[in-house]
Amino acid sequence: MTEKSPEELYNERQARVLAAAKCQQPDRIPVFGPFQKYPYQFGGITFKQAMNDYALARAACHKFLDYFQPDVDFGPIFAYPAKAMETIGWKAFKWPGHGLADDVMYQYIDSEYMTADEYDEFVYDPSGFMFGKWAPRQFTALQGFAQLPPWRRFMWTGWMNIGAIAGPEMQETFSLLTKFAGEINEWWGHQVQYWGELKEKGYPLAFAAWDWPPFDIIGDTLRGTRNILADMRRRPSKLHDALEVATKIFIEYGSGAAGAPLPFTWTWVHKSTREFMSDAQFKEFYWPYLRKGLMALIDKGIIPVIYWEADFESRLEHIADIPAGKIIYHLSNTNFERAWDVLGGQVCLMGNVPNVMLLGGTPDDVKAYCKRIIDYTKGKPGLIMDAAVMLDEAKPENLKAMFDFTREYGVYR
Amino acid sequence: MKEKLVTAIADMNEDEAFSLVQAMLDAGEDPQLILDASSQAMSVVGQRFDEKEYYLPELIIAGEMMQRIGDMVKPKLRSQAAQPLKHGKVVIGTVAGDIHDIGKDVVSFMLDVNGFEVHDLGVDVPPEVFVAKIREVNPDIVGMSGFLTLGFDQMKRTVDAIRTSGLRDRVKIMIGGAIMDEQAAEYAGADAYGRDAAAAVKLAKSWTA
Repeated sequence: MTEKSPEELYNERQARVLAAAKCQQPDRIPVFGPFQKYPYQFGGITFKQAMNDYALARAACHKFLDYFQPDVDFGPIFAYPAKAMETIGWKAFKWPGHGLADDVMYQYIDSEYMTADEYDEFVYDPSGFMFGKWAPRQFTALQGFAQLPPWRRFMWTGWMNIGAIAGPEMQETFSLLTKFAGEINEWWGHQVQYWGELKEKGYPLAFAAWDWPPFDIIGDTLRGTRNILADMRRRPSKLHDALEVATKIFIEYGSGAAGAPLPFTWTWVHKSTREFMSDAQFKEFYWPYLRKGLMALIDKGIIPVIYWEADFESRLEHIADIPAGKIIYHLSNTNFERAWDVLGGQVCLMGNVPNVMLLGGTPDDVKAYCKRIIDYTKGKPGLIMDAAVMLDEAKPENLKAMFDFTREYGVYR
Repeated sequence: MKEKLVTAIADMNEDEAFSLVQAMLDAGEDPQLILDASSQAMSVVGQRFDEKEYYLPELIIAGEMMQRIGDMVKPKLRSQAAQPLKHGKVVIGTVAGDIHDIGKDVVSFMLDVNGFEVHDLGVDVPPEVFVAKIREVNPDIVGMSGFLTLGFDQMKRTVDAIRTSGLRDRVKIMIGGAIMDEQAAEYAGADAYGRDAAAAVKLAKSWTA
């Protein structure tokens, strides 16, 4: 048998993953995932090294790719650029060497970055608010932006005020931004280089855009978890107004995937799990806006991949209200069988091999789990095998078992 | 007025609750009565959370109401009131490396309203801090929270540290967090996993009955 060329492999992998996403039958069940910190652990470097030495991060990702051969790959995108983050002074994050130990994932500092009485301002001019208020609160280097009049005031003879851009605070911001641009461009350079190398090896890129549900855009970015949850009771109409705006932002963000070889918009769900809100609150504040946004993306030929963080068992019936074969739901620790009963064959399900099993179990445990969920689908397509949660730690032999077993046992006959 | 205050707090009518507190203080009511009404209301909130009528938004608002009422009443308190007898003591925290606090806070709140003395160590708590606190307060229960998968190993490390300090037999250990489960509890060497705050309370009660 002659070996397949990288181009053939690329096409084969792309077709396999696209078919699964559409709940059509591929040759076998695809296996891949948003492996976060794990490739660096496997590559023998700390996460701090990965965030600081971009070439080293790229090399670790290649080592991971060559060994496990996921159907599609993320590359070093999760290893954010530490130097650029230092320069811009990202106050809303902690990372290795900046408040956290060397081999720990970076974490977001959940806080109030928009006060309750600023809702109207955000709704009136989201860009103006983000630029003039939010950015200086999030980044020390962007304090200068707080001194600028909103861009909308530069209309007509407003150009006479543009001189504000040359003020002393902005000079400082510009000088830091110049340094930042060099650092962030270097990081992007390594990302783009990896994407080229990935294609040369015959692998498609697993993502084309990133997105956050409208509720999380407001909750994560602006109000903070506690505040947005309380806002559902304290100021529901303000929150609804902001969610309308955030839905447009959601569509704008996610639309970047249109026309990509794998038009996947990964959508990270953070704040709608069972204890966070009641079903009634989910149906009023969360799902309608997210669904509207998803439908707009689907209309553009995009395949949204919804990363339902935590347990969504109680919401399965609500989130079934989506057209068949157009979307992927990534399950964390939602019961797979229940999810398949409600959504199987209609929505492609991805996940949910327990991370603690990948870390503390044996290859046989992993194989048995994969077998259980594959058997449950009874040969019906619409399944992608992956870890339950973005993978940070595992025993290599356990992860290998997930890949090898799925490749072998997951063949459709 | 006391009953009205209990209802206002339990029903999440914040403005009404604060005006009632102010009116009671102005009328020279015993501040302790206001605090008693607040704790009574918190029990109702806890019960409604248990019955899945209330969720996190209501617990957050209830917690903030308690804080504000406490601030209003404290200056008028003549002496420290006698603390009601507690069911048991719990030392709780989010394990090292993890700065997530919401799940842990919900569990602390629910344990507190259910009559436990809660010592909350906050987030990113190293094993030795857990050990030191256990030595200091001699709790019945240790609760470990973790949102990130690094929690699997950190919880294991914490349990190991408790064991090597000779304190393991003195405490029951429960774990919780979005991605935790029974297997994670077994991996860490904890006694049990609690799926949510209500489960944590149930476990705590069963261990201190």
